[in-house]
Amino acid sequence: NPYEGLVRCLRAAWLSGKTRPMEYRVAQLEALERFLDEKKQEILEATGSDMGKPSFEAEFSEILLCKNELHETLNNLSRWMKDEHVYKNSAGVPEGLAVTVSPLRRPLNLPPGNCVVIKPSEMTKNTERLVAEALPSYLDKDCFAVVTAGAQETTRLLENKFDYIFFTGTPSVGRIIMTAAAKHLTPVTLELGGKNPCYVSDTCDVQNVARRVAWGRFFNAGQTCIAPDYVLCSLEMQEKLLLALSKTIVDFYGSNPQKSPDFGRIAGEKHFQRLQELLCSGQVVIGGETDEAERYIAPTVLADVHPSDPIMQEEIFGPILPIVPVANMDEAIDFINSRERPLVVYAFSSNDKVVNQVLERTSSGGFCGNDTLMHVTLTSLPFGGIGSSGLGMYHGKFTFNTFSHHRGCLHRYMGRETINALRYPPYTQQKLAMVRAAAEVKRKGACTLL
Amino acid sequence: MERMQQVVGQARAAFNSGRCRSLEFRLQQLKALERMVQEKEKEILAAIKADLHKCEPNAYNHEILGVLGELALAIDKLPSWAAPQPVKKNLLTMRDEAYICPEPLGVVLIIGAWNYPFVLVMHPLIGAIAAGNAVVVKPSEISENTAQLVADLLPQYLDRELYPVVTGGVSETTALLTQRFDHILYTGNSTVGKIVMAAAAKHLTPVTLELGGKSPCYIDKDCDLAVACRRITWGKYMNCGQTCIAPDYILCDPSIQSKVVENIKATLQEFYGEDVKSSPDYERIINKRHFKRIVGLLEGQKIAHGGQTDEASCFIAPTILTDVSPESKVMEEEIFGPVLPILTVKSVDEAIEFINRREKPLALYVFSNDKKLIRRVISETSSGGVTANDVFMHALVPDLPFGGVGNSGMGAYHGKYSFETFSHHRACLIKDLKMEVVHKLRYPPGSQKKVDW
Repeated sequence: NPYEGLVRCLRAAWLSGKTRPMEYRVAQLEALERFLDEKKQEILEATGSDMGKPSFEAEFSEILLCKNELHETLNNLSRWMKDEHVYKNSAGVPEGLAVTVSPLRRPLNLPPGNCVVIKPSEMTKNTERLVAEALPSYLDKDCFAVVTAGAQETTRLLENKFDYIFFTGTPSVGRIIMTAAAKHLTPVTLELGGKNPCYVSDTCDVQNVARRVAWGRFFNAGQTCIAPDYVLCSLEMQEKLLLALSKTIVDFYGSNPQKSPDFGRIAGEKHFQRLQELLCSGQVVIGGETDEAERYIAPTVLADVHPSDPIMQEEIFGPILPIVPVANMDEAIDFINSRERPLVVYAFSSNDKVVNQVLERTSSGGFCGNDTLMHVTLTSLPFGGIGSSGLGMYHGKFTFNTFSHHRGCLHRYMGRETINALRYPPYTQQKLAMVRAAAEVKRKGACTLL
Repeated sequence: MERMQQVVGQARAAFNSGRCRSLEFRLQQLKALERMVQEKEKEILAAIKADLHKCEPNAYNHEILGVLGELALAIDKLPSWAAPQPVKKNLLTMRDEAYICPEPLGVVLIIGAWNYPFVLVMHPLIGAIAAGNAVVVKPSEISENTAQLVADLLPQYLDRELYPVVTGGVSETTALLTQRFDHILYTGNSTVGKIVMAAAAKHLTPVTLELGGKSPCYIDKDCDLAVACRRITWGKYMNCGQTCIAPDYILCDPSIQSKVVENIKATLQEFYGEDVKSSPDYERIINKRHFKRIVGLLEGQKIAHGGQTDEASCFIAPTILTDVSPESKVMEEEIFGPVLPILTVKSVDEAIEFINRREKPLALYVFSNDKKLIRRVISETSSGGVTANDVFMHALVPDLPFGGVGNSGMGAYHGKYSFETFSHHRACLIKDLKMEVVHKLRYPPGSQKKVDW
């Protein structure tokens, strides 16, 4: 077990109790913020080399959102850590040793109070290297370790016992992680994915819709777990949307997106090939150009896509937007419900009722009406999936709660023993009657016979 | 296998019909469940007596009272639990609606245990129904009378398709676990807990595992020993020690060990009289297999009190062991029987260290007049829950989450926590299509000016 020594040291550090005081956690979180500030250039460069991420996008999704989380945590930590008095109980005890297996893109949020093993994705080599080299000089090496590992080494890492595992990635790897976690009864949060449907009704401001949908789809060259994966709309709306999307893409990226500094690239040859093959679905109406040397795929829109087309069988995770025509909202809802529950459902309409119908009659991790991606910018909303799109949630206080154990505590008095006598044997019907009267939670409106 | 597919398929179709979404429907089902408990009280108590040799007042206290309380709470609070919760917004979302919407998960599975066979199925069922789910109920086959009763009664009071009961043993449970559920709540031991979680992993099904462990009980020198020992005796020997949160073993200073034994002996006399075997208030071990297991733990131990057994009736007398070695068999597994080992430690530091060297337990008990010491023990250890100066009581407070940590389990339930366990908290953001000018800031082409702003 190549990681046994590391895990043992971290556990010893955890048992020493040094991560428990608030001052320690604040110091580590502040160090993490310094890492984001001082290494900003390097982070932008690394994500740029890994996937051509435009610095605007990197700054927004990698740095800004992280700093928001850090500030939210620092502002509220003392309150979150406090005992929550119910009947004199306490809450928010850190779990111990957590491992987080992190995504392509976002540097992670440190679970406060725990010791952490961080395993960044091996697919984005530059970011992985940056995190592995720079992060340890900011954080306490006794308590936070970065491990670089491919699939095989990660399997070995998972043989160790952790007190929590946080994983962001695909459902198939999610199953492997949860199966490994089961051997040690380790609780998990799995942030997975799926095909996020985007219903566009006939009553809407098409140009605004096109902008918001295009922004969500092509951000990070489509490699966002919450990107709108495919559009459902009427044939009539499809026509209007194609025109509006065409204009929007030129507004955003110019007439040759390959030259735009604001459009990313695909992270890895394997994914580039995979995406290229999906282009044979439906009709390529916008884009469709590819350049293997740069791993560039143009912002692409496919029309008249059929549910059985290859592009509708897997999460796209690229800058291709298929439009699947449906007759009406009911058909769209049935379509969504006949498939795995996604991370997010999107619905666009100027009619509130339509948005609410889609919300009420579907199930997904989250929901955003009349926009894309924005629900994750609110730290007060939980972020997580359902069914094959994931289990558990995080962001803001939900991150704190995820990595905490809420311990129910009751302090009793040694006195008043005579009251307790009711519960002790020998049991009598009289005692029972008194217990019934004293302990029952009465329904409001029920009368009590004195 | 086919039968399981059919049962679960039917439940899923019933769930998809949407009829359990409305609060009215859920309340109607909960009220029907309440009627069932009230009308069939005699039958329920008789089944529990047949399974565990438990007298009526005891069974009522342990199994009926809590269920009625949980039902009353759910019926009363459901509208507020199920209401969307608005959340704090930021500048970008100021004009939007942002809220968390609790939604049902779908079809959930509840696997009960045999030691409190009725309440351990009912408690989670109440939360699952309240949260709007379809529920497959699998009571433990070891408490066969209660399992059969649950299978007979639920269809008489509840929607048959939404809340089917599946009876059977290991092979039926294994077949059931191959089906896809949207949540599984299992109560039992860690070994099977791992099997349940591994099966759940295949479908990415979230789980709540209510497991067990060895719940330590530290008695400080500075405490009212008579009161402490009475409360410990009550908790330890209730249900013949077959309680997941029973104080498993005692840690105390060597100087008070004999006083502890004396006090427990005196209390046992008060509770069960001279001849424990003939007391109607003392239960039996559930079956021969567990009987033999527990008797095996007594081997080589110093028996300070008790030790009498009768295999024919699965009777084991309330037993106390002293000067127990940490390496002995009785300290290796959860006892789940009326055997109380006492281990001596020279200080609270030693007690804390002892507790931390072992798997995290479901409950932790500490008896002391010194509040600082109590807080210290709590903050320097980890466990599912804690009661200080008593036993069990934290599990009876409806506002406290009940669950384990580490080997003793994951997730929690009881009261509002049951509702939350069986719900999905869906983040919702509703914007309008206007105010586009505000959004222009985030669209490409990007520029440093935009970012800086």
